[in-house]
Amino acid sequence: MRYVEEFRDPVAAKAVLTAIEAVVEEIGATAEDPVHIMEICGGHTHAIFRYGLDRLTPKGIEFIHGPGCPVCVLPMSRIDECVEIAERPEVIFCTFGDAMRVPGTRKSLLQAKADGADIRMVYSPLDALEIARRNAEREVVFFGLGFETTTPSTALSIQQAARESLSNFSVFCNHITVPPPIKALLDDPHMVLDGFVGPGHVSMVIGTHPYDFIAETYGKPIVVAGFEPLDLLQSVLMVLRQIRDGRAEVENQYARVVPEHGNPASLAAIEDVYEPRPTFEWRGLGEIDASGLRIRATYAAFDAEEKFAVGYGAGPRIVPEPEGCACGQVMTGRIKPTGCPQYGTGCTPEMPLGALMVSSEGACAAYYQYGATDDTLEAAE
Amino acid sequence: MCLGIPGQIVEITDADRLMAMADISGVRREVSVACVATPDLSDLLGKWALIHVGFAMSVIDADEAEKTLEALRGLGEAQETLEAMAEGTAAVIGHTSGVTEVAQ
Repeated sequence: MRYVEEFRDPVAAKAVLTAIEAVVEEIGATAEDPVHIMEICGGHTHAIFRYGLDRLTPKGIEFIHGPGCPVCVLPMSRIDECVEIAERPEVIFCTFGDAMRVPGTRKSLLQAKADGADIRMVYSPLDALEIARRNAEREVVFFGLGFETTTPSTALSIQQAARESLSNFSVFCNHITVPPPIKALLDDPHMVLDGFVGPGHVSMVIGTHPYDFIAETYGKPIVVAGFEPLDLLQSVLMVLRQIRDGRAEVENQYARVVPEHGNPASLAAIEDVYEPRPTFEWRGLGEIDASGLRIRATYAAFDAEEKFAVGYGAGPRIVPEPEGCACGQVMTGRIKPTGCPQYGTGCTPEMPLGALMVSSEGACAAYYQYGATDDTLEAAE
Repeated sequence: MCLGIPGQIVEITDADRLMAMADISGVRREVSVACVATPDLSDLLGKWALIHVGFAMSVIDADEAEKTLEALRGLGEAQETLEAMAEGTAAVIGHTSGVTEVAQ
């Protein structure tokens, strides 16, 4: 069990927890009939487990861990395409380290690197640009991955490459957007959600208005939250108060970082370089309309899908998930990670089978890292 | 890769390309300030920003920077980011044909 003393301000945390308990009681939520709150962002999932917020809060609250980890929702077919590009002898393939261990049907990028492909882990697309400048005779491909927080960085890098006429630089674009999968989840008849904790750093880019449909069309509350445990508790309290009052609004707990209209320079770069794809495949969720971005025709010279003729339109799309992998059911909240038959046996952070075990922001990896320890401690108590 | 890390802008390195040097937990790293650029870039000197994969995305105050850094340390994300930055630098200088890897 983790303790409230670990918080930066334990007194404030205790006060918020007391308020949460009171509102849960007013709502009448119980362990048998809980309110379901989804935290969308993988960073929030990690923080909830790290600080044991799911255990500190009353049993009348059930957290559903959303699809907000871009590494976790990446379909196997896209990893296969990465490997296909990376194995070309002229290519230097640059990626964030997080994506190295995601399993593909043939191999992961880590295995491809061990087999001799020139795959480099970078911190920023700016590193990939610099590698392209220094290796004019090679093709440098950056694996563009992530939600709206990361999208401006690759958009600006492509704009910079265009200004420099850097013809050996391209991006394999896998950028995805937060609102479409939320809509898909809300449209799923199996999903019972009462409210959302909205992502902080994504909202810093896009602002709060892209979530308006959640309140206006679906009548669900959403509160954009910061990353400190106290931020998360306060946001949960704000969601609960909306539920109690029968309100459905977009509230911003993280206004100190998230402006209502987002970051104009970032949004302009995204708009200039990218356009929505008709559909994009999500691991565990399937194809979702307008949920992915592709590089506009004006920047086709920097589009690795065009350059190497891989990706959407280049071949059959759907690749089945590994046998026994229940990532999709975990992601939609139908089962807990521990309900997956592969959890902890056929699938561990060291040898992941499914994507939710790969990243520290995946629900299964978070369970594995923190949940097991807590259960052991609780048993000992 | 998903969470930004606070860094302090300490020098404008290339005004044309909107690049600046940031001090991120004691590590100096060149970052883009394109998303937070002001008409006079020197206004950014000394300011704290949330830096996301090499791009300053939001100017924040010193207290927010400290709180965010603490939260990231608690999650192990701060260390992960610093390691990724070192890895990125190695990837740029490593493998270049004919160039011996520079020792730290």
